[in-house]
Amino acid sequence: MSDITKQSLSELVENIKSKKLSSSEVTKAFVERSEKSKELNVYITEDYSNALEKAKKFDEKPNLDLKLPGIPMAVKDLFCTKDLRTTAGSKILNNFVPTYESTVTQNIWNEGAILMGKLNCDEFAMGSSNETSFFGNVQNPIDKNLVPGGSSGGSSSAVAAQLTPITIGTDTGGSIRQPASFTGTVGLKPTYGSCSRYGIVAFASSLDQAGPMAQNVKDCALLQEVISTYDVKDSTSIDFKRNEYSKELTKDIKGKKIGIPKEYRVDDMPKEIEDLWKKGIEYAKDCGAEIIDISLPHTNYALPTYYIVAPAEASSNLARYDGVKYGFRAEGENLINMYEKTRSEGFGAEVQRRIMIGTYVLSSGYYDAYYLKAQKVRKLIKNDFDDAYKKVDAILTPSTPSSAFKIGEKTNDPVSMYLNDIFTVPVNLAGLPGISIPAGHDAKGYPLGLQIIGKAFDEQNILNIAYAMEEKINFKNNITDWWIK
Amino acid sequence: MSIDLKTIKHISKLSRISLDEKKAEKLAGDLNSIFDFIEKLNELKTDNVEPLTSVAETTLKLRPDEVKSKNLREQVIKNSPNENEDYFVVPKVIE
Repeated sequence: MSDITKQSLSELVENIKSKKLSSSEVTKAFVERSEKSKELNVYITEDYSNALEKAKKFDEKPNLDLKLPGIPMAVKDLFCTKDLRTTAGSKILNNFVPTYESTVTQNIWNEGAILMGKLNCDEFAMGSSNETSFFGNVQNPIDKNLVPGGSSGGSSSAVAAQLTPITIGTDTGGSIRQPASFTGTVGLKPTYGSCSRYGIVAFASSLDQAGPMAQNVKDCALLQEVISTYDVKDSTSIDFKRNEYSKELTKDIKGKKIGIPKEYRVDDMPKEIEDLWKKGIEYAKDCGAEIIDISLPHTNYALPTYYIVAPAEASSNLARYDGVKYGFRAEGENLINMYEKTRSEGFGAEVQRRIMIGTYVLSSGYYDAYYLKAQKVRKLIKNDFDDAYKKVDAILTPSTPSSAFKIGEKTNDPVSMYLNDIFTVPVNLAGLPGISIPAGHDAKGYPLGLQIIGKAFDEQNILNIAYAMEEKINFKNNITDWWIK
Repeated sequence: MSIDLKTIKHISKLSRISLDEKKAEKLAGDLNSIFDFIEKLNELKTDNVEPLTSVAETTLKLRPDEVKSKNLREQVIKNSPNENEDYFVVPKVIE
């Protein structure tokens, strides 16, 4: 089969289970395509020869009862992988080789999948365009010199370009959903506490969640089923009844109440996004859902709140990078000088900016005015969702306020970059699940996404709505393989 | 509100990130535009609002106090930029 890399995860699993394909054939196909795609710069670390070796071993004694039997995949370089370099896209972790495995990736290997390598991302997941990575920009396969979104930009680009059948990202303020939207792929940010944070390089601990990224909703549901487990190693992991999301997936969403929040109709929203949203509402109605106008009155305060809470937590989490225990060290004449030079040379500009913001808002005399204030507004934002969910089962919004932009277009203006996450950030602040599905193209032919937000722990419901709408939308990605010579 | 160079240098010291003048000036500009944007929160009256410290409304679980990981000495030291036998080496602290 020459078109192995064009197959969805579900098709590959089916073909391996029925022995039409071996894991070696599948792994070889994705490795070969990855090798031809270096121009996209999606990989930070490649592990192809080990992957081929593992595939061979799998084929010698295949366990076909597993959920991801012999399926090769690459993961965001924010997940610690035992004995394979994990950088978080930073110079400061350039030589870091974990001695342990993250719970989420361990769950994936336990189901038979095979690691191909580690995918590029914004440094410490801080960015919306993958331009803050120490390892350089990632190209969006949709068009040359277009950002793939961020921070999971290597992940979104790799799935869209079919270099990996599925992948995982992390989402602190939109880092799965925004890149999915920019590349015409599907990305789910689960409920806070659904996927263990153990072994994920920490950014903002009260917001970070790992989640699946795929070419379609069904594949996303299957991967979510694999990665979501209760884990004693993460004290914020929640012990709730998890569904078998892919088995319970249904297109029957008749009578589901879907809310349309008027505050998401932001100033200067491009007409294309407005039209996409209207089209989305029609698709949902066609699927039998009932549309209800709702209000989330504090929406406009979500981004300012996020830019206090996330940097505050980051400044605290990133205090561990001191050049002593692991990672990069700069020489200094004394201990303090060594710390200061290590952090100045080891962190990039955006990370330093956020550490400084966080340090400032937590510093003596400013804590109440900023951090405490932000926590109070965060409560109001969560209350908005709680009130809305008395009336509706899910909420439909655009995923992003625009389509993908050009590399370099927004790097000099941090606030305009931050505005990318205006529709995704409230979901993290409230700890809710949200999924982005491709829903159309803009005039330039770039993909646009719609976001479905659910109640806490109600991943099955938003997956079902996404599954039903996906069929009506019938989206096709325009990928021309322009980077393959 | 405006963040001046003196404040930037104070935060730089607290963050243990050294800055030269050029970087400090650039950061002052960036931080001022970010804080202008953050000031929007002051429009809201929040005197009677409880701060949200965790979205997960669960209490932390207790577990038996048992040793789960043993003999990690080698693993702990493995990624150190400079070590001597079982110790992390840092620049001299005591004169």
